[in-house]
Amino acid sequence: MPRTPLLLSLLILLLTLVLSVAIGSVFIPFDELWQALRGAGNETYASILWNIRLPRTVLVMLTGAALGISGASYQGLFRNPLADPYLIGVASGAGLGAVIAMSIQWPYSFWSLFIVPLAAFLMALLTVSVVYFMARIGHTVPTTNLILAGVAISSFATSLTSFLMLRSTEEMRRALGWLLGGSIQIGWTSILAILPFLTIGTAVLLISGHALNLLQFGDDQAQQLGLNITRARGVILSAASLVTATAVSFSGIVGFVGLIVPHLMRMWTGVDYRRLLPLSLIGGASLLLIADVIARVVLAPQEIPVGIVTALAGAPFFLWVLKRAKNQGFW
Amino acid sequence: MLKIKNLSVYYGERQVLKDVSLDVHSGEVVALIGPNGAGKSTLIRAVSGVIPVRSGEITAGETDVTSLPALWRARQISVVPQAVSMPPAFTVWEAVLLGRTPYLNFLGQTSAADEALARRALEQVDMLHLSGSRMDEISGGEQQRVLLARALAQSTPILLMDEPTAHLDLRHQIDLLKLIAAQAREKGLTVLIALHDLNLASLFADRMAVIEGGQLCMAGKPGDTITPEMLKAVYRLPVHVIPHPESGAPLVVPEVS
Repeated sequence: MPRTPLLLSLLILLLTLVLSVAIGSVFIPFDELWQALRGAGNETYASILWNIRLPRTVLVMLTGAALGISGASYQGLFRNPLADPYLIGVASGAGLGAVIAMSIQWPYSFWSLFIVPLAAFLMALLTVSVVYFMARIGHTVPTTNLILAGVAISSFATSLTSFLMLRSTEEMRRALGWLLGGSIQIGWTSILAILPFLTIGTAVLLISGHALNLLQFGDDQAQQLGLNITRARGVILSAASLVTATAVSFSGIVGFVGLIVPHLMRMWTGVDYRRLLPLSLIGGASLLLIADVIARVVLAPQEIPVGIVTALAGAPFFLWVLKRAKNQGFW
Repeated sequence: MLKIKNLSVYYGERQVLKDVSLDVHSGEVVALIGPNGAGKSTLIRAVSGVIPVRSGEITAGETDVTSLPALWRARQISVVPQAVSMPPAFTVWEAVLLGRTPYLNFLGQTSAADEALARRALEQVDMLHLSGSRMDEISGGEQQRVLLARALAQSTPILLMDEPTAHLDLRHQIDLLKLIAAQAREKGLTVLIALHDLNLASLFADRMAVIEGGQLCMAGKPGDTITPEMLKAVYRLPVHVIPHPESGAPLVVPEVS
């Protein structure tokens, strides 16, 4: 794998990480940032950094990475340029799962924090399976069918979610902001809760690049080249859904990152999924960090949910891809 | 060597291959001929393991391939499909390297040896100069040659081909079939090739297998199978069969009166 895109994307990530911890309602100057990271310097800055900025930055980074790599995986799996966790309804399904878990028991304790991503995962798997079987004609999933099925299932899941939230407690009303893509501020605990799921799912996807390459040539050729397509599909679908569900569990439904990032990376370095998956992982993290910084400063000191920022940028991008997908040049 | 014995295949409840038995020896090119819908592609797909076999045996050398996992089967049998719905954005080089899949580790990393085999395969089909091009930038005929290179890179003892000359001009049709015949002779490759063009089949295949309505109705040397009687019975077409001026191979021309 050529090193340059990887190194460059890591450099961009590092830059966005620094911006994300420095910028907010209180700006932390770079020299103070360095001091605070080393555990010295101004105590107020240190407190903001360790208790607010860093946990949020890490959560946003993990969420973006998750959405980037799962978007690339869904696109490869469905052989469809518009497959994005948000557009195909997986994110809404995961959101429903998370809300069901939260309405049974609001996650105060560390262990109940584990239940939320698990419930989100199960609902995400259910959603993606329903969408896939509804949209499929023979061995292909036409764009129109995919989007229609995604929209229908997504609306259904969102209605159920709203219903659950209306007839619920004070705590659940707080979850409204979360659903729009504002993270629940639980600090480091929520990060610890999602890290194992995220690590497993991401690791599985990162080694699935070659299988996704083969699947681009259709089922027949993939099998004739030696791929067990049923197993490969099942593994990739589960891992992508696990990763999406985990991201949704604590960051809400953030749209379009999984659409934008893989496309930009594809235009930059081509379609080889062994390159595309790690680059989408890193690129997703950078993009969401930038979106989150914008969400924090645009109406400062008030914050807007990051999902609004990604949708504002993502919806026009979606239309552009839709138009471009007709002549399929780079896909 | 490829041995097909009493093979039956169903699509749902419809039987599409009935009790087909055919041996293709190592070093031999067998052309699979027959009208549209006779079951040529189905036979290729069934042997390559893409559609399930209801009954019968398929053996590659000594190995029963019907029960083999896809990865192991892909070390025995490679397939050149028709060049339709190619993913456009892969480069020729990336596509040919995928032929090495059955020998790669779980990360799909290729070694220098894999790359040497891919380069050799591209040379053989005269496509090395286009290895950096994307699949949508080359012609249908060139795509077909890339798929052949991919199958050659797969280094299997058995090669199956489904209408590989469909998109090629006459010169490339001849070049491709010559190359395959040479590969069979030199490397002892076992080749089963579905062809529409009876004259090309007659010129380049050692034996013909005639398939109609899902059944193998005749197999033998071109001179014994390409006859006006067979063509009338199988293709419902009155024809003349005349000998090739050099080789004497039977050539088919339609009656005009």
